[in-house]
Amino acid sequence: MSTRRDFLKGVLASGAAVTAGAVSDAAVARETKKRPPDALGLLYDSTLCVGCKACVAACKQVNHNPAEFSTLDHLWDTPLDTSGYTFNIIKMYRNGTMTVKDQEKDGYAFMKISCMHCADPSCVSACPVSAMTKDPVTGVVGYDADKCIGCRYCVAACPFGIPKFQYDSPTGKIGKCELCRERYKDGHYSACAEVCPTGATLFGKSSDLLAEAKRRLALKPGSLTKVPRGKLGGADQSYEGQVGKYLQHVYGEKEYGGTQVLKLSGVPFEKLGLPNLPEDAAAAMSETIQHTLYGNLIMPFAVLGAMTYVAKRNVKPDDASGDKEGN
Amino acid sequence: MANHQHAAPAPVGGSLVNATTLVCGVLIAVMLAVLVVRFVFGLGSVTNLNDGYPWGIWVVFDVVIGSALACGGFSVAMLVYIFNRGEYHPLVRPALLGSLFGYTLAGAGVLFDLGRWWNFWHIFAPGYANPSSVMFEVAVCISLYIAVMWIEFSPAFLEKLGLTEAKQKLSKMMFAFIALGTVLPMMHQSSLGTLLVVMGTQIHPLWQTPLQPLLYLLTAVTMGYAVVLFESCLTSTAYRRKIELHLLTPLAKVMLGFLAAYLVVRLGDVVVRGALPRAFAVSLEALMFWLETACFVAPLVLLRSEALRRNPAKLFLAGVLLMLGGSLLRVNGFLIGYETGDGFNYFPALPELLVTFGIFAIEVLGYIVITRRFPVLPREAATH
Repeated sequence: MSTRRDFLKGVLASGAAVTAGAVSDAAVARETKKRPPDALGLLYDSTLCVGCKACVAACKQVNHNPAEFSTLDHLWDTPLDTSGYTFNIIKMYRNGTMTVKDQEKDGYAFMKISCMHCADPSCVSACPVSAMTKDPVTGVVGYDADKCIGCRYCVAACPFGIPKFQYDSPTGKIGKCELCRERYKDGHYSACAEVCPTGATLFGKSSDLLAEAKRRLALKPGSLTKVPRGKLGGADQSYEGQVGKYLQHVYGEKEYGGTQVLKLSGVPFEKLGLPNLPEDAAAAMSETIQHTLYGNLIMPFAVLGAMTYVAKRNVKPDDASGDKEGN
Repeated sequence: MANHQHAAPAPVGGSLVNATTLVCGVLIAVMLAVLVVRFVFGLGSVTNLNDGYPWGIWVVFDVVIGSALACGGFSVAMLVYIFNRGEYHPLVRPALLGSLFGYTLAGAGVLFDLGRWWNFWHIFAPGYANPSSVMFEVAVCISLYIAVMWIEFSPAFLEKLGLTEAKQKLSKMMFAFIALGTVLPMMHQSSLGTLLVVMGTQIHPLWQTPLQPLLYLLTAVTMGYAVVLFESCLTSTAYRRKIELHLLTPLAKVMLGFLAAYLVVRLGDVVVRGALPRAFAVSLEALMFWLETACFVAPLVLLRSEALRRNPAKLFLAGVLLMLGGSLLRVNGFLIGYETGDGFNYFPALPELLVTFGIFAIEVLGYIVITRRFPVLPREAATH
């Protein structure tokens, strides 16, 4: 009978819900997170790397990962990419005659690929069951297989392609670098940095590593400088080395709000497999949308209230209407 | 014609054994065999999933597209109970049945795809839940909605079983479930689009936008009406019943309204974000974008006049095109426009396809069995 009136009510209820969403937008916008003050990380200097892959072997060992083969002889571990069983790898860039190291044209360069330990990680935001977490103090992005449901949203979300899944197992897990967080209590640090012979991979506090990276960028290419090895601020293992021909860019300083693993190189990072990323993390946008729509469940309950009110008026129980259809 | 004294739903009757149900049975058996291998040897043994494409057709087709195609129940219930258009009431039960199967099987499909499925309950455990995760919202909402839909549909079973008292008790509270049944799909259908946002620059600019939730919600509603057109035409033909044109013609008009709203938002968004030039590049993505857009635009032309909306063939075709368009939006966002870097390819493996076929077969078989044995479709007044 009052079809038109109720139709209008329905329209009003929906309209009110949409407006509520638009109004609360500004209030809950979530900023991109910054690195914790004591965040731990790595500085990888491509110009110092000699491609020995000691870090790849050490990583396999401490994470108890099996060898992966890409050659016919199956003699030793030869992974071509990170995987559910390889959390760290050295990749090589080659161009033309490959005569000069760290040169884009007719040159070659190395790049270490492992978790960047983002300030605002997409994988942590994506994980529905808190199996991916970011340590509030060290900032290390860790994984807990006992919590994980294996949905692989983290795999899809990461812009660096880091979390990887073990598809070959009925009880597969996600595999990724956790910066050797289990080894700190014994006085150890990241195995890749521990074994690096040239200091190309250096462990330390991200803020110190960033300062060290900027120090190197300010030096004259070819001049001599003190190159620290192992752990920045740890036992002195430094040596005198030559300053590389750097691009004036610390990769990870600002990308996605910053990462705890930082990189220096002479060849554009995009050519070395590192994506061009904006300064705002995708996780911030995603959570802004989520919190706008679902913050404290205000919107869902407002809409539900409106819908219940309208439905209560429009749905006639069996006995009241003589309508035999019930629902 | 369109009055509120509709014919009550009644079982269609007839044999359950025919060519269609037998083919469905075989497809379901094959699916079960593939699933045994999957659970014993892992996802890699039957799928082509890899770390560049961690989600394949089990997620994108069975869940993301499957649940959107299962929005008929939600779209029609919204029209009947919220906008109080009682004349569409006969469409509610058949639409709800389609949705019930679509969603229940989407839920089952998720379990096949989860690498560590035995931990699934963590989604509902407060100690584990991450409310900031879009996936968390999707999983909880879809699970709740499946339960709500079974309750909404239960009068059909209670009638059949002669539990009149229980049915009457339930019908007094039904408005609450109906309200829930409109809010929950709004929440998770929009969030299915939001899933893409955190993937950031890995999604092609033609499909990456903060308006994702609105686009996915509008297309889910549109696809819901399209499926009702499709199912009504198909059911009428298969069971040799009259096509309910007096309902489908005005329903098509409602559908076109949502469609027009969607197209304005979709194309406006592409232009405002400056992504339009990418649609004119020579690429698979650009081609797919135009194919998707064509599927959405064509129904506006096909059904532009009242006379055309009375043509069952045109209604059917428009329904199919919109189902296809909505599916393309989702495939394009999640697979075609998704790029994690060089060296990764994905095309579903045969066993992977067989599982998706099997799930579809369960839906068809279930729809046939239930409409033939339970009161779902309106009773035909004069059969011939």
